[in-house]
Amino acid sequence: MTILGFLIPLALVMGLAGLYFFFWASRTGQFEDLDGAANRILIDEDGEG
Amino acid sequence: MNVAALSLSASPGLPLAQAPIASHFAVPGMRCAGCIGKIERGLGAVPGIASARVNLSAKRVAVSHASTLDADEILEELRKLGFEAERAADNPLARGAEGEMGGETKRLMRALAVAGFGMMNIMLFSVSIWSGADVITREMFHWLSALIAIPVVAYSGRPFFASALMALRHRRTNMDVPISIGVLLATGMSLYETLTGGKHAYFDGAVMLLFFLLAGRALDAMMRGCARSGIAALLGRMGRGAQVVQDGGGARYVEAERLAPGMVMLVAAGEALAADGEIIEGRTSIDASMLTGESEARAAQSGDIVHAGMINLGNPVRVRVTAAAQDTAIADIARLMDEAGQSRSRYVRVADRAARLYAPAVHTLAFLSFCGWILAGAGAYHALTIAAAVLIITCPCALGLAVPAAQVVAAGALMKRGLLIKDGSALERLAEADEVLLDKTGTLTLGEPRPASLKALGPRWRAIALGLAQASRHPLSRGLARALREDGTEPAPIEGISETAGTGMSGRVDGVDVALLRPEAETAGLAVDLLVGGFRTRIAFADPLRPDVRETLAALNAQGLRAAIVSGDRVEAVGVVARDLGLFAAAGMNPADKLALLERRAAMGRKVLMVGDGLNDGPALAGAHVSIAPGGASDVSQQAADAVFVGAALMPVALAVQTARATMRVVRQNFAMALVYNVLAVPLAISGYVTPLVAALAMSGSSVLVVGNSLRLAGAAQPGSGKDAA
Repeated sequence: MTILGFLIPLALVMGLAGLYFFFWASRTGQFEDLDGAANRILIDEDGEG
Repeated sequence: MNVAALSLSASPGLPLAQAPIASHFAVPGMRCAGCIGKIERGLGAVPGIASARVNLSAKRVAVSHASTLDADEILEELRKLGFEAERAADNPLARGAEGEMGGETKRLMRALAVAGFGMMNIMLFSVSIWSGADVITREMFHWLSALIAIPVVAYSGRPFFASALMALRHRRTNMDVPISIGVLLATGMSLYETLTGGKHAYFDGAVMLLFFLLAGRALDAMMRGCARSGIAALLGRMGRGAQVVQDGGGARYVEAERLAPGMVMLVAAGEALAADGEIIEGRTSIDASMLTGESEARAAQSGDIVHAGMINLGNPVRVRVTAAAQDTAIADIARLMDEAGQSRSRYVRVADRAARLYAPAVHTLAFLSFCGWILAGAGAYHALTIAAAVLIITCPCALGLAVPAAQVVAAGALMKRGLLIKDGSALERLAEADEVLLDKTGTLTLGEPRPASLKALGPRWRAIALGLAQASRHPLSRGLARALREDGTEPAPIEGISETAGTGMSGRVDGVDVALLRPEAETAGLAVDLLVGGFRTRIAFADPLRPDVRETLAALNAQGLRAAIVSGDRVEAVGVVARDLGLFAAAGMNPADKLALLERRAAMGRKVLMVGDGLNDGPALAGAHVSIAPGGASDVSQQAADAVFVGAALMPVALAVQTARATMRVVRQNFAMALVYNVLAVPLAISGYVTPLVAALAMSGSSVLVVGNSLRLAGAAQPGSGKDAA
């Protein structure tokens, strides 16, 4: 059971990291333009759009 | 928004010493990746523009540019790229939309994320406790759960605690009161259980409850944010400002709020007036339909008084401002609207009505079981545990999702059909409507001039007419171009095309002079002359009925909504439409008359759905039980209305009523399901059989059931599907 002493903190740290990245993403406007992001991959960078 | 850093296209020509200015433009016409590329690359190539960043969801462009470039020049560049653009509206609704997206939705999403994190980790411990962890492990896991749950409840529970406190302070009760009491009691009991080394902790139940309820709230907020930003993109064609003549002879754009009496505005053809004034130079025709409902444009010349909100259809004119901002005719309408809107705030949402019955019942039940167990000889602590279990099990998890889940799915279905609903309360009121009052100009009719008939034109003439018309922004040209395009006409290539303000368009096709001109003699209605070589054909314009008016009225009638017309137009003009459609009509109504009529109907117990577009409909839209405005309506009307429909069809109005009723059926089913679940679970809780495991299963099971039932509404906004949706 000593493995729990390692696994539980690990699970919590990973969860908190995910939470932190969500907060970061929402703060820096990553969710501002979801349609745009979906369409932008179709833009041909060198062509005449 | 971090525009500069994200930019794809930076222009090398910008002097770095100058701080760039950020301007925002609304471009409703953007649809695809091609548009993004075209705008960002096209604007990026303009000297003076540092970068352009498109937001496709909001249909906006953020441009960072040198101060030497002004907004009009950028609008002109956008127009050259083929996009109609407007200065991004600095209006209350647009600001509300951004606030909504940036504020409420974001706050709820963050709370939801925290609750989700807490729920998953606590569940990790709970599952091992349920599967039989020994005493020491169990106690450690309870402690860990408590360490996670307490900050999570404190953070994610705030929206509920704040709303519950607010309600209690006003001596009312809403859904958030039993939620808050349940969550706090469960957390408190579990903490006590943990401290005393007890067997059952409900941390997972408390946090899961918050998670599900926050999901409902976040959905609700997203629905409102979505509709609002959609409507904000439609706003802003009305005069928000004007070109004002400067002392030096040039003109400068001045915001409507900064216009002052004595300034001279240059009003181009197709522009709306931003202030009341007197024409000092030029002859034109003025469309007052937004202000008064009159469908016919009237001639105006030097000395005539014109009002804010009227649209200049003819030639450019100079207008000396006599009253601006708070003193205009529009401002009077706004004051009427403020008063009219007050009655609506008294409406009580269905969830809160349910809570009025539900909260006392649940609290009584919990209290009675506490007393019952005390009388039966149990200790105070044991009795309190039972009471807490009753509160947790009855905590309106499914009830909290019942309304938003159904409304979000329905609003999404309607949005695909071109109807934007501002909030869930609008759907509830829409379902209750039993009578519909329609404005004529701009609501039953398209509200823009279209050629009365194209029969007189041959295919070649049509191609030439389209070639000429599409190059101009004049309302008549735009109406002609749209009608021709719908007819399948391809534009003819026209050389040397030029527009003379106040006269028309001219150019050459295959060596023949062609032109689209305003008739030389004064005509009765609106008309243009098409010249090809030496031949002249007159195209008369009218404001046609929307294509599916009859079907829509039939559909409304089938749902038991009697329709009538209320219009500010002249009796003769209204009479023609009313006879044509077989409706009762009231003509010549001013804004106060319309509002008074609505109040009379309301006093008779009717729930009136008002559909209107003009400024003159504003008070009626704000005062009606529920209201819908077309996408072409004035800003004021779109802000006052509960929903906005886009496009030429009127059918979304009938679909909205049908979908709203289907939604309420599903909401009632959801309530019934939540009730059945309570009837089954409460005896278990009262008799003390509810363990944290049972509570968790019951809670998630009922929530999934309610969400699943709501998803059936996805197909509800189809014509004629009203019956089988429930």
